[in-house]
Amino acid sequence: MTAIEILSGILVILGSLSIIVGLLGVYRMPDFFTRLHAASVIDTLGTILILFGLILYAGLNIVSIKLLLILIFILITTPTAAHALAKSALHGKLKPMTDDD
Amino acid sequence: MFEIPTFMILLSMLLALVSAIIGKTIYDKILAVNIFGTVTVLFIALFGFLTKRPEFLDIALVYALINFISTVAILKFFEYGDISASSIEKEKGDI
Repeated sequence: MTAIEILSGILVILGSLSIIVGLLGVYRMPDFFTRLHAASVIDTLGTILILFGLILYAGLNIVSIKLLLILIFILITTPTAAHALAKSALHGKLKPMTDDD
Repeated sequence: MFEIPTFMILLSMLLALVSAIIGKTIYDKILAVNIFGTVTVLFIALFGFLTKRPEFLDIALVYALINFISTVAILKFFEYGDISASSIEKEKGDI
């Protein structure tokens, strides 16, 4: 097992750990908007770490180009979906939690 | 080498499904389904490397597309009550 493979394994395991952390945040947070904030950890940190680890493992060929395309696509679309979700929740009369609650 | 991350991702898919079932508002459920889709894309990519057949990546790319489109369509349906509704606010005129 070479150093590149060990590094990619560490990156993939860190990414899956951050996915678990984000889901724990979704369970523990008190409000919808804070849950949305916790879920963004999955979309950014977990995705970047796992896909970058797989790119390192695959080397430079068509597989890594496809992985890079998936990474770019997810990095564009998931913040858009999160923004649409927050806007729709505000429009649907869901109040953010304040200090008074 | 990818067994442990694949198992953790399967576990988080299960957690996302449970979160989608017990979510209080409709937005919590949509958020959980969106998380489930993102994690599924990562699971498909990892599963291809686990079985030494990375041809599954095309399916992962298509799944990411379907996930984004379905989230936005469901949100639009629950915000306006109609998928084909115009999201541009109507002119109110001089009041």
